Amino acid sequence: MISESVNKKNWSSINWKLVRSIILGLIVVGVILFFNARSPEKTSAVLSSTLRYAVPLILGALCGIFCERAGIVNIGIEGQMLMSAFLSYMTNVWTSNLLLSLLVGMLTGAIMGLFLAFLSIKLKLNQTIGGTVINIMATGITGYFYQTGLTTQGKLWNIPLGPLAKIPLIGPVLFNNPPITYMAILLVIFSQVLLFHTRWGLRTRAVGEHPRAADTVGVDVFKIRYWNVIIGGIMAGLAGSFLTLEGVGMFERGMTNGRGFIALAVMIFGKWNPISSALAALFFGFANAMQIQLQFMGIQVPPQFVGMIPYILTIIVVSGFVGRSRAPAAEGIPYEKE
Amino acid sequence: MEELTPSQNNWLKKVWFSLRIPFLAIIFALLVGAIILLVSGANPLEAYWQLFKGAFGSLRNFQRVLEKSTPLIFAGLAVALGFKAGLFNIGAQGQLLLGALMAGFVGFSLKGLPPYIHIPLGLLTGLLTGALFAGIPGLLRAYSGAHEVISTIMLNYVAINLSDYFSEGPWKDRSPGNIVSRLPAIQPSAEIPNIGPVPVGFIVAVLTALLIWFVINRTTFGFEINSVGLNPHASKYAGMRTKLLIVAAMVVSGALAGVGGAVETMGVVGRFQPGFNTGLGFDGITVALLARNNPIAVILSSLFLGAMKGGANTMQFYANVPNEIIDIIQGTMLLFVTAEMVIRWIFKLRKQQGTEITVTSGWGQR
Repeated sequence: MISESVNKKNWSSINWKLVRSIILGLIVVGVILFFNARSPEKTSAVLSSTLRYAVPLILGALCGIFCERAGIVNIGIEGQMLMSAFLSYMTNVWTSNLLLSLLVGMLTGAIMGLFLAFLSIKLKLNQTIGGTVINIMATGITGYFYQTGLTTQGKLWNIPLGPLAKIPLIGPVLFNNPPITYMAILLVIFSQVLLFHTRWGLRTRAVGEHPRAADTVGVDVFKIRYWNVIIGGIMAGLAGSFLTLEGVGMFERGMTNGRGFIALAVMIFGKWNPISSALAALFFGFANAMQIQLQFMGIQVPPQFVGMIPYILTIIVVSGFVGRSRAPAAEGIPYEKE
Repeated sequence: MEELTPSQNNWLKKVWFSLRIPFLAIIFALLVGAIILLVSGANPLEAYWQLFKGAFGSLRNFQRVLEKSTPLIFAGLAVALGFKAGLFNIGAQGQLLLGALMAGFVGFSLKGLPPYIHIPLGLLTGLLTGALFAGIPGLLRAYSGAHEVISTIMLNYVAINLSDYFSEGPWKDRSPGNIVSRLPAIQPSAEIPNIGPVPVGFIVAVLTALLIWFVINRTTFGFEINSVGLNPHASKYAGMRTKLLIVAAMVVSGALAGVGGAVETMGVVGRFQPGFNTGLGFDGITVALLARNNPIAVILSSLFLGAMKGGANTMQFYANVPNEIIDIIQGTMLLFVTAEMVIRWIFKLRKQQGTEITVTSGWGQR
């Protein structure tokens, strides 16, 4: 019981900052309503674009959270995403079966997760280098097998959730989305519950903080690490499938474009906490949506400078200028049984 | 087997010890590449033969290999020096790109300079650009704890955007008929010449590798960098200014990468054009790890990678195999060379001193 409460204090930073969060939330809602009153179409366009940009970041950050909470650094999210994006696209090209393509994407992510877990747990390879290997291999393999000029039968379509989708403003933004977006929202809640309110989550965090202690009380460190990295891989796989099946609808070489790394920044910004990370991802998405709006408004800024914004934002975040955060203590260190 | 005198035996053993892992990694990687070629319906023997012919088939081809190896040596040295200080400089790519851009600018915009001033000036510009750009993640790492892996990767994208901006906007090649975004061709006085088939840039690269070897192994700065990389806490207690050392190591690493970009612009491409040097920084990682961070070995591993790159076009043309197979082989090589290192450590196999790589773990925000 004592350990439980100590954990809470350290981990769920949203608890003691609740008041500040509520005030911030009210301001955000107020600003949105203000703009909604002036031009409803533009507001919902900005909000939709925010969510669309945020979804792969949310899923990528969840991947990072699962891996790092269990003590494995995953630099290879980018490669895992790219590989899954490619294979779900190819499945879509060959079979035109969107459900199958989605499953293939998730499976690819799981296998890529297993690969990273094998490298870092079994071979005790330096995890940063292991992730880099995954990124380089994914770029090479997808580039090698990709051919231009392939066509698909289409991409995942929006599923309006009955009357909910009719609510003004929120309806079209939140309740009229394609399936992976819904899944991402549900997975954030699922991950939050799994990590902070179940035995599995407690063990995962223990393994990430102090594997020796966890081992001493009978937790199978290796098993926990393997499964969490695989679960993380599935999340990265979903992010990849999102890009080809929902977002863009096709594959391009190197299409992840650093999203895997931005997702890591989102994870750090969100302090290794699913809900906070999702909010951080929405913040990134909002910055991106505003950038698009600026260009529509004809403000003369070269597009390349605007394009730098998410990357510079990421650097600012990891530099700890916006609140310092603490990584799981045993992160990046291979565990050795005595 | 012939009888060997003990000293000969020792010497051979030593060479074998330092070469076996990279050697095995290369063999395994070529095998994996062959399997992928087979799966995709190509003939691996034919492909590798064309690759070899493309690299060494003629003097012109060999010259191209040397040209391709030159920036790789610089990029490899940059990454290797970073590793020595415990820093993983994935940003060599961006530093190289901006070095290439600025050298391209100096190369085309300054007119009427004699080559012996113009060429060093271009290289120096590349060096300073790379050093400054690497200084940012160095400072962030030392003073705010931002992990250099993330900050340098992000700066890579910033560098891509910057170089796109300049080659599409203010410095664009406005000559009639040009629709590509690129800089104008550099002045003849900025072109790095060849001595016979050997590019002068290659000679500079080899000399730089020797210099870096000397700095790392024979100077106080090299010793301090090494000890910061191996154990930052102990170095701090020994009185070293670890933060300053981290920044310094990053700056020197970036300077090397920047020169690599300048050499690429002034010795190979002849102008700055975005996309022409994509991936060179990442190749630097492979080069450095394959060379176990030994500056002299960096020359050899760069030549090997340079041969693959030099031969790739011939292979693509005659054996009809996409260039990307090189990336796959490279990734596999990287995997085996690093995994093997660790396997050896697990099994407590004998190893040479100082070949181990320690990269900082976690995100540093403790």
